[in-house]
Amino acid sequence: MLKESIKMALENIVSNKMRSFLTMLGIIIGVGSVIALITIVSGATSTVTDQVASMGANTVTVQVMGTPLKQGLTQGDVDKISELSNISGIAPTISGTTTVAFDGNTMDDITLQGKNDVYFKNTEDVISTGRIINTIDTENKSRVALIGNDIASELYVGKNPIGQPIKIGGITYTVIGILQESSSFASADTNKSVIIPYTTAMGAVGAKYINSMTIYIADETMADTTTREIEAVLTKAFNGDDDGYSIVNMQSILDTIKSMTSILSMMLGGIASISLVVGGIGIMNMMLVSVSERTSEIGLRKALGAEPKQIQLQFLIESVVLCLVGGIIGFIVGVSLAWIVANIIGIGFALTASTVILGIGFSAIIGIIFGFMPARKASRLNPIDALRSI
Amino acid sequence: MSEKILEMKDLVKTYIMGDEKQVVLKGINLEINRGDFLSVLGPSGSGKSTLMNIIGCLDVPTSGTYYLSGQLIRDLSEVSLSHIRNREIGFVFQQFQLLPRLSAQKNVELPLIYAGVSERKRHERSAYILERVGLAEKMKNRPNQLSGGQQQRVAIARALVTEPTILLADEPTGALDQQTGHQIMDLFKELHAEGKTIVMITHDPGVAKNGSRIVRIVDGNLSEGVYNA
Repeated sequence: MLKESIKMALENIVSNKMRSFLTMLGIIIGVGSVIALITIVSGATSTVTDQVASMGANTVTVQVMGTPLKQGLTQGDVDKISELSNISGIAPTISGTTTVAFDGNTMDDITLQGKNDVYFKNTEDVISTGRIINTIDTENKSRVALIGNDIASELYVGKNPIGQPIKIGGITYTVIGILQESSSFASADTNKSVIIPYTTAMGAVGAKYINSMTIYIADETMADTTTREIEAVLTKAFNGDDDGYSIVNMQSILDTIKSMTSILSMMLGGIASISLVVGGIGIMNMMLVSVSERTSEIGLRKALGAEPKQIQLQFLIESVVLCLVGGIIGFIVGVSLAWIVANIIGIGFALTASTVILGIGFSAIIGIIFGFMPARKASRLNPIDALRSI
Repeated sequence: MSEKILEMKDLVKTYIMGDEKQVVLKGINLEINRGDFLSVLGPSGSGKSTLMNIIGCLDVPTSGTYYLSGQLIRDLSEVSLSHIRNREIGFVFQQFQLLPRLSAQKNVELPLIYAGVSERKRHERSAYILERVGLAEKMKNRPNQLSGGQQQRVAIARALVTEPTILLADEPTGALDQQTGHQIMDLFKELHAEGKTIVMITHDPGVAKNGSRIVRIVDGNLSEGVYNA
């Protein structure tokens, strides 16, 4: 019975090709736009969150502005934070401006940054050649430096700078590596930068305070709690004044982005699903026409012994099949559209199982909802009247 | 030959049309035995269509009793009526009422689908019965590829395939030319000779005389008797 009904439904769709297609168009557009929008938004979301996550989903960054009483954080403050649980490492940064010199040539307005081994362990591709600043450099306050590309090419013409001395703020360091060329993502122009161990910087260039730090969290799920603990330490460090610093928890940014995009996705999907409802009304219209066209068929089937619910099932199946065929076409259209858009604007293309289920399931539900009324109308026809209407 | 399969007593059918009450059947008494070939002869408006609908369990009487195969047809649900129609009645209509998109064989199988017969059995039985009505070569053809006479044969096959108690024909030759009509009547007579019970409704005395028994219905009243042409 079910098999016969499905076969009959498909035959009916095929024998009314133009009408079926126009009716299905509503469902095709509806499902297509819902699928396309959801896929595009989720692709964009994953691209953005991947980028944010690559900046360190497990990090808390602290920017120090200082208060009139205390201009920055000391090593003691950093040590207090490192004693907290759930912290895998701290990368303090000291920054300033300095002058570098080699062999009588000098360069002004050079960005000086003090970093430690933790920074290099957690950040890829900082240098192009040479070696990074390691734990020993940091502990020993070694006078070693990484230099930017411009400095390397201007001060060491025709020479390999690695192993050569460099004067930074009047003190001689040894060049151990060359920084990667600036990428557009970097906040500072690394081509005109030098990086030395922050412990060295604190003593050597008169930078007394730590300006910022990146704190690495061991367990991301506890990021919020850990952030609050860090805040408590910092506020205490600034004698109860929490204007001395700002703290950013990357995980919470990530969460915010995710919840915003999921709202966006639901909103766009909701708007697109209005067209699905319109498509459903189209289906209902066609089914009603079909019922009145086939009144005598219904009468005949009843005379031959069809129960009302069998008639109802047959028309319901027809409307579901119509919607499913439209839904599958719409799904293919929507996914293709999303794929094209993703490739053009350069975002990820993420097709999830839930999208597939959503698209196909939605169209079947539309078929049932909007096919119900016509099917019931068919099942309630009086066989005598129905047979008479030849 | 005298097993009673249909019995009507004082059967009345009334329609309410607006304020007016219209009595279409005014106390019908009718008995049909197994193996009868009964012609119900009557002009249009005589109530013969209503009588056919009641015999075919498409409609129920207002009062009086109607027994079909010993079962009282009254106060039955639509579902029960559809089961009775499926089991007891084989309809043959004036306009054949074949589904245009289905092959002859598929049309014949239709009542078997509702009887819950398996696909394999449906194929066997429909092929057998189509062969019986002389359409073994046309089983795969659609109705529009068949002549009127052939279409009516398909319809007769469809009526016979469930082996119903009564073959109920409503003006079976009404849409056919005279020669084809004769061939259909010959088929009916053959079926009658095989022991099938046939009830045929017609306005044409020439067709009615093919029956082994004729009743006339005029103005809602039924009278027994051989019609003399």
